[in-house]
Amino acid sequence: MAKAVENTTVVHAMFDDDHRLLDAAKNLVAKGVRIKEVYSPFPVHGIDPVIGIKRTRMAIVSFMFGMTGLSLGLLGMWYFMIYDWPMNIGGKPSFSLLENLPAFIPVAFEFTVFCAAHGMVITYILRNGTLPGMPAVNPDPRTTDDKFVMEISNVDNPTLEFEELGGMLKAEGAIEINQKSLATK
Amino acid sequence: MHKEAAIRTPLILGDKTYHDITSDVVGPIEGKASKTWYLLITVAGIIALWGLGCVVYLISTGIGVWGLNKTVGWAWDITNFVWWVGIGHAGTLISAVLLLFRQKWRMAINRSAEAMTIFAVMMAALFPGIHMGRIWVAYWVLPLPNTFGSLWVNFNSPLLWDVFAISTYFTVSLVFWYIGLIPDFATIRDRMTTPISKKIYGLLSFGWSGKAKQWTRFEEVSLVLAGLATPLVFSVHSIVSFDFATSVIPGWHTTIFPPYFVSGAVFSGFAMVLTLLLIMRKVMGFENYITVKHVEYMNIVIIVTGSIVGVAYITELFMSWYSGVEYESYAFINRFSGPYMWSYWTMMTCNVLSPQLFWFKKLRTNLTFTFIISIVVNIGMWFERFVIIVTSIHRDYVPSSWSMFYPTWVDVGIFVGTIGIFFTLFLMFARFFPVLALNELKTILKVSGEKYKKEDH
Repeated sequence: MAKAVENTTVVHAMFDDDHRLLDAAKNLVAKGVRIKEVYSPFPVHGIDPVIGIKRTRMAIVSFMFGMTGLSLGLLGMWYFMIYDWPMNIGGKPSFSLLENLPAFIPVAFEFTVFCAAHGMVITYILRNGTLPGMPAVNPDPRTTDDKFVMEISNVDNPTLEFEELGGMLKAEGAIEINQKSLATK
Repeated sequence: MHKEAAIRTPLILGDKTYHDITSDVVGPIEGKASKTWYLLITVAGIIALWGLGCVVYLISTGIGVWGLNKTVGWAWDITNFVWWVGIGHAGTLISAVLLLFRQKWRMAINRSAEAMTIFAVMMAALFPGIHMGRIWVAYWVLPLPNTFGSLWVNFNSPLLWDVFAISTYFTVSLVFWYIGLIPDFATIRDRMTTPISKKIYGLLSFGWSGKAKQWTRFEEVSLVLAGLATPLVFSVHSIVSFDFATSVIPGWHTTIFPPYFVSGAVFSGFAMVLTLLLIMRKVMGFENYITVKHVEYMNIVIIVTGSIVGVAYITELFMSWYSGVEYESYAFINRFSGPYMWSYWTMMTCNVLSPQLFWFKKLRTNLTFTFIISIVVNIGMWFERFVIIVTSIHRDYVPSSWSMFYPTWVDVGIFVGTIGIFFTLFLMFARFFPVLALNELKTILKVSGEKYKKEDH
C-alpha cells in the first residue's frame, strides 16, 4: 500500500427518516456513488441490495451446527448406552441404536437445537464484531436513537468530488453532512 | 413499505416519533427509581431472602423437612417445578411463535415476556435441584466420565430428558433475549451521560454500532432462533409431561399429557404475562405501547388455551371410565370426590369456567377484571399440577399405605420464596433494562402507529 499516502476521507450524511435514506441511497447508487455503510437504529428493510450487501449465511451456519449436534448426540448415546455399558433398564432393548432409538429422540432433538442455536449465536457475535468491551463505531450517538447515517468514503469513489457529493446529499434531504479525514498508516 | 389496513387497531397510540419511543423506554432507566419501586423490591427481597433461608435449611437438614412421606414422594416441589416451567412458556411463545406468524402486537410485550421466561425457568430449575437432596453432586446428571466404572446416566429416563430439555430451553431463551437486547443496550449507552453507566451499558451492548450488515444478520438470527425455539417450547413441556406419562401410575399414564401440558403452560404463562404487564404499564406509563388491544389479544389466547385445557380434563375423565381399567377409574373418581376434591374443583373453576368469561368483549377489555382473572388462572394452574401429582399417588394399589400430604412450613416457605425471588429479578429488570424492545417497536411505528395511520387516510 505504498501508493495510499493520501488521507482517507469519509462523508457522513445524516437523515431523519428511514424511507428518505433508502430513496437517497437508491438515487446516489444510480448516479454511480458507492455507499460504504449505513448506520441505523433499527433494520432499514431494502437497504441491503442497494448498498451491495449479500444475503447472510447465518441460517446455513445454524443448520450445520444442528447437524453436528444431532450426530454428536446420537454418537454419544450409542456409546454410553449401547457400546460402553449396556444395561437392561425396565426391559427396554439396549442392543442396538436402532432398537433404542425411540427413547433417544428427545435428547437427540434437544442437543440438535442446543448446538444449532448456540453455534449460530457465537458465529453471529464473532462475525458482527460484537463482544463485551468492543468499542462502538457508529459515527454519531443519535444513530441508535432516531437518526440514520450513510457513510461514503473516497476510497470507494476515487473520481467523486466532495462538493458535488455534498450537493447531491443536500438535494436528497440529508439534514447534516460531516466530512472526516482518517489518517492512513 | 408494508401496508396495514386502516381499520386495524393501531398498536402504538399517540403522536409518537422514533425519538419518543427511545425517551419513553429509556427515561425510567435514566431517572431515579420511584418510591413504589423501592417498596416493591423491599417486600419482594424480604420474601426472596426468606425463601433462600428455607432452601439453606432444607439442604443442611435434608428432604425430611418437607411433608413428603412413603406414599407421596412427589408433591409441592414437582408441582412448583411444572408450574414455573409452564409460566415460562408464554415468553417463548410470544417471542418465537408470534414472530414466525408475523404478529406485530408481540413487539410491545416480547421483551418483558422473555425476561419472565428466563426468571421462571430459573425458579423451576431450583426445585429438581434441591429435591436431589445432595445438591453438591448435581453434576451427576450429566454424562461425565467418572471413577465409578463406566457408569453413565440413563438416556431412557424422562428425568434425564428433562435435564437436556430444561438446560437447552434456558440457555436458548437467554441467548434469544440477549441478542434482542444488544441493540437496545447500545441505544441506552449512547444516551447515558454519566461515565459509569455509559461504561456499563457499553459493556452490555458489546460495541453494537447498528451497521446495515449487522442488522441483516440480526434479523436472520432472530428468525432462525424463533424457528428453533418454536419446536423447542413444545418439546420442553412435552418432556416435562413425560415425567408422568411414561410411568405406570394410574392418573399419570396418559397419552394426552404432552398437548395437555403444553396448552396449560401457555395458558398460565399468558396469565402471568398479563399480571406483570398490567402493573408495569400502569407504573411505568406504557399505556400507549401496551394498549387495551394487546390485553385483548392475550385474553383471546387465554380463552383458546383455557378451552383446550378444559377439553383435556374432560377427555381424561372420559378415558378413565372408557378404558375399563378399575385403577384408572378409581384415580379419577378419587380426584373429583376424594379427600382432595376441593383442589380438583378449584382447578376446574379457575381453569375451565373463569376464562370462558372472556367471551364477553366488555370483560376481556376490562383491565381490572383481566388482572383478577390472570391471578385466578395461575392459582388454578398450580392446583392442576397439584391434583395431577398428589391425588394420583396418595392412594395407591395397597390401601394400607394410603396417606395424605400436608405441606410443612418449609414447603410453603420455599414456594413463596421463589415468588419473591422471581419478582425481585423482574423488578431489577424493569429498573435497569429496556423493558420494551426499542428497535422492534420502531420498525412497526410507521405501519401500526396511530399517527401514521391517520396521516395515510
